[in-house]
Amino acid sequence: MSEAQGNTIEHTTAAQAANAMPLVRVHQVVKSYQRGAQRVEVLRGLTLDIQAGEFLALMGPSGSGKSTLLNLIAGIDQPDSGELRVQGQDIGQLSEGDLADWRARNVGFIFQFYNLMPVLNALENVELPLMLTNLSRSERRARAENALALVGLADRMDHYPNELSGGQQQRVAIARALISDPTLIVADEPTGDLDRESAGEILQLMQALNQQLGKTIIMVTHDQRAAEHAQAIMHLEKGVLSSREEVQPRAN
Amino acid sequence: MFFLSLIIRNALRHRLRTALTVLGMVVAVLAFGLLATVVDAWYAGADAASDKRLVTRNATSLVFPLPLTYYPRIRAIDGVQAVSWANWFGGVYKEPKNFFPQFAIEARGYLALYPEFLLSDAEREGFLRDRRGAIVGRKTAELYGLRVGDNITLRGTIYPGNWDFVIRGIYHGARKNTDETQFFFHWDYLNETIKIRIPGRENRIGVYIAEVSDASEIARIARDIDAQFKNASAETLSETEKAFQLGFVAMTEAIVVAIRLVSYLVIFIIMAVMANTMAMTARERTSEYATLRALGFGPAFLHGLIYGESLAIALCGGLLGVVLTFPVAAWVGHILGKFLPVFTVSIETVQMQFIAALLVGFLAAIWPARTAARVNIVNGLRAVA
Repeated sequence: MSEAQGNTIEHTTAAQAANAMPLVRVHQVVKSYQRGAQRVEVLRGLTLDIQAGEFLALMGPSGSGKSTLLNLIAGIDQPDSGELRVQGQDIGQLSEGDLADWRARNVGFIFQFYNLMPVLNALENVELPLMLTNLSRSERRARAENALALVGLADRMDHYPNELSGGQQQRVAIARALISDPTLIVADEPTGDLDRESAGEILQLMQALNQQLGKTIIMVTHDQRAAEHAQAIMHLEKGVLSSREEVQPRAN
Repeated sequence: MFFLSLIIRNALRHRLRTALTVLGMVVAVLAFGLLATVVDAWYAGADAASDKRLVTRNATSLVFPLPLTYYPRIRAIDGVQAVSWANWFGGVYKEPKNFFPQFAIEARGYLALYPEFLLSDAEREGFLRDRRGAIVGRKTAELYGLRVGDNITLRGTIYPGNWDFVIRGIYHGARKNTDETQFFFHWDYLNETIKIRIPGRENRIGVYIAEVSDASEIARIARDIDAQFKNASAETLSETEKAFQLGFVAMTEAIVVAIRLVSYLVIFIIMAVMANTMAMTARERTSEYATLRALGFGPAFLHGLIYGESLAIALCGGLLGVVLTFPVAAWVGHILGKFLPVFTVSIETVQMQFIAALLVGFLAAIWPARTAARVNIVNGLRAVA
């Protein structure tokens, strides 16, 4: 085999490996918290892979570690030990400042209580993450308008959070999560504060983001009906993965 | 622009709270400015003093006089350009509460030494020609409704009896800090009358005022004057006009120190109030700060938001306080005019007010900004629930 042929094979193998590499790799991750005098181990050597384009629901009883796992993957918390890679990058090793930059580029957040800035209107809330980019004001505005149109709120751009329903606020939050075209979207109980109808709309929207835009979504939920909108449900128990269940995503 | 808009909107979130904090700042900055102006007024005499004028008095005490015979000897000292004199009269106009400073002066020489007392030529001539004539400062004239040509009687306390004068002129100050409350009359009138009323008390001088040709020589000239009268029956103490005036301030220094302390205390109190407001604000927004951190905003952004809001509130209150200081000081000056003849808000006071407002805004934000920047994202987000 010539040297040139050897190089080609090596490159091909690396490319195949990269393609095969999961978007998120959690390996033997341990995380514990100090609660009073006691140290409570929440994640006990948890290992899991999440592929790009997946819509994954994390379920489990309170204290099982699902929110902790989501926080670690989102880069807002750091593991005590183990490896946590997103797109091949070990985010557990990043400094606080680098991690903040990484989150701004790679993660879109959807919170249970929406966490919108009350002094900003819908358009400004969506525009907020773009303040960390070099985009011009007009570019930021255009993108924010598109994102709001995408979530069906083109006619509510000037409304402040207190002028919107819970479902509408969550749509604004989804638009904000989308605006910087993140690698993955993390959602912590996104329908926990919504009525059934609004919850259904939000879940449909998330499904559409996953199926039509190919967004990778990791969602923590207590609600089995909500979880059934995902492609797979992972159950956590006492800090370890207990099962993975592939589901046929339901439609409302 | 977005950042600035965010700061302003945050500041206006709790309008009542912000309005009360701004009001507190207004009151504090206003009080600080007024107290600083009171202190300035205390020193006004010293500030208005000429650096070419020397005051020579009895070395034992100001209450003891000097002989008239010292005049030619002081005048003869090398470097002395002109000499005049004055006696504190201390009379009562109608009632003891009607206080204003009165001096018997060697009129022609004294007016030449104090060009800051502005009179028209006609008033000056009228005063110099009339042995019972007097001139009075604008403020005192306005306060008691005195006009040129009016007769005025003062009841003597140091020099007994009633003393009749005719107002021949109303002087204006050439500068803002010129005292416009004084009353001057002829020393000759005092001396000749006292010679008749209390023989033996004539030809006595309260203070000599000497003008020197070169201000840099003033210390040497003061020494020469005092050396001239060493071991005489009335030894002299010569000092610059400024030092002479500061001597009076020193007698009441404890009051000045107390006023200064109160002014700093006012600023300290508003700083505590402001810091509490900012801490409360930051605590309420913990989840927002955590959200911003989660979205990728760094501690510097949160610092900017909190410092910006604190400074905006403090400067807003500071600016209003400064603006209000002028009319309020004019009103207070009118009330206290008898005791503090020069009551003017100085540029330095305005600068100090702005610096105090900035300092309050900055210091009040330190702790809340530090706390917000260190917020644990996970715990902060949980604060929503």
